Amino acid sequence: MDHFPQAWGRPRDDIYGSYNPSYLPHNKGGYQAHPNGQPNTHTQSPIVTGTSVIAIKFKSGVVIAADNLASYGSLARFTDVKRLKPFNKKAVVGFGGDVSDMQYLDRLLSSLDVQENYRSGSSGHGDEEAENRAMMSAKNLHTYLSKVMYKRRTDFNPLWNALLVAGLDEKSTPFLAFADLLGTTYSSPTLATGFGAHLAQPIMRRAVPDEEASQNLEREKAVEVVKQCMKVLFYRDARSMNVYSMAVIDENGVDLKEDIKLEAESWAFAEGIKGYGTQTV
Amino acid sequence: MTSIGTGYDLSNSVFSPDGRNFQVEYAVKAVENGGTAIGIRCKDGVVLALEKLVTSKLLKKDANKRIATVDRNIGVVYSGLQPDGRHFVSRARDEAASWRSTYKAPIPVSSLANRMGAYVQAYTLYSSVRPFGITGIVGGWDAEKEVDVDGAVGSGPKTGSGGKVQGAKEGGPYLYMIEPSGSYWGYYGAATGKGRQAAKSELEKMKLDPKAGDCVSLEEGVKEAARIIYLAHEDNKDKDFELEMTWVSAMSGPTQGRHEEVPKELREEAERLAKKALEGEDEEEEEEEEEKMEE
Repeated sequence: MDHFPQAWGRPRDDIYGSYNPSYLPHNKGGYQAHPNGQPNTHTQSPIVTGTSVIAIKFKSGVVIAADNLASYGSLARFTDVKRLKPFNKKAVVGFGGDVSDMQYLDRLLSSLDVQENYRSGSSGHGDEEAENRAMMSAKNLHTYLSKVMYKRRTDFNPLWNALLVAGLDEKSTPFLAFADLLGTTYSSPTLATGFGAHLAQPIMRRAVPDEEASQNLEREKAVEVVKQCMKVLFYRDARSMNVYSMAVIDENGVDLKEDIKLEAESWAFAEGIKGYGTQTV
Repeated sequence: MTSIGTGYDLSNSVFSPDGRNFQVEYAVKAVENGGTAIGIRCKDGVVLALEKLVTSKLLKKDANKRIATVDRNIGVVYSGLQPDGRHFVSRARDEAASWRSTYKAPIPVSSLANRMGAYVQAYTLYSSVRPFGITGIVGGWDAEKEVDVDGAVGSGPKTGSGGKVQGAKEGGPYLYMIEPSGSYWGYYGAATGKGRQAAKSELEKMKLDPKAGDCVSLEEGVKEAARIIYLAHEDNKDKDFELEMTWVSAMSGPTQGRHEEVPKELREEAERLAKKALEGEDEEEEEEEEEKMEE
């Protein structure tokens, strides 16, 4: 008599030999070699990519910007790619990194928005203020996205993006935070992803050194600093372009422009730069 | 009922000798006891309205909404067993989400009606289940302009055909009603529940054929819907009810293609007019009676 119930009803090992579980799917304990003899792999590097996203908190809202380029390696492959995605009246997400992962996240957020609106009207009774309070804030959205990113990195299958979430929190105060493919998150009155973290962040910090400074910053000034940063990024980041999107989120909602041309573009300064390439100084 | 006691009404999936499925017919009885629900397909949108019978004074007013949103652009209202309706809505939402994950675009109202019809019909086939005790009204607006697929990041090539037909007209308001048998039809105006007879005869008087010209506008539709629900409630006057109304318009209209609750002000205005219209009718009747008395 076999006293182990696990074995009841199964072919007996002493007659048939033990079951070879390698044929089972991986998640059921299978370990059959991958067809090409390699272990399963997921994304090892991004393919089509977007470069920096930058953002600044000001007095009553947030300005966020990203250019419209999607690069395929060093090739400027797509020049009309909108990398700022408005979620609702309170939040915009800026995507850097892999464009297909951005599209995945965009669809994910769209289905989230559909689900969020199932109960719209049922909480507010046509009362706009109550509806506004029940609406998902930028802070909620950032929490959600950061958990999605962390889950995927824990599965060793990361979404190859660096995100900025800009908007208003549940108290309608400006909110800005970062999340990336590692599940890392942080927040600051000024934020930039990718090259922007090296090239734009110092410029933005000059204008907004701390939280207090951002609370005194006017919208016009914030927009001006962002525009200046986008120009510097175009001059110094080889994977950038001179057409970009910019969104301002405040209590009036999202003001998104997706075809801003760089103003007063001039390469005159390049003459003075020496010591690289084929120049003979 | 002659069928009782014959045994053919005890199970789904068993026909009676004269070719009827009695379980489905009993389900229709359950619907006929529910609060009246109507849908009106107007020129520039769809209105859904419901006579929500108040089952307890302890229920919070205007809470516990019964008309549900599926995806963004479709509304569902139903009469009959509420839990069955909840399940119907939940399935409709799943269907809409699964359509999106396949086609990266919102589900057309006609396709949703088709899938829900198939789903409801499946519950008439097996002895292990009972049919849905609801009749569902599905109304929505299909985008009239070509929309980008979900997640599109650019506008695509500027030259070449791209497989698009120039000036093709598509989309518009759609309204379907799905019965416990799983059969569904497209309607200009749909009504179900206790007051459906009164509601239907009112709907028939309305100009709802878009080809005939002077088809009612969405705003007229809202007022008419409120009046019809109030009228349909007349035979059931001893019970309290709340009027629930939602609408969906074109992108250029008041809801911008989304299914939403009718704003409070407009609903209250429609209710005021509805009450006035009913009082007017009562007075007319009284006058007629008085005239008869005099004679």
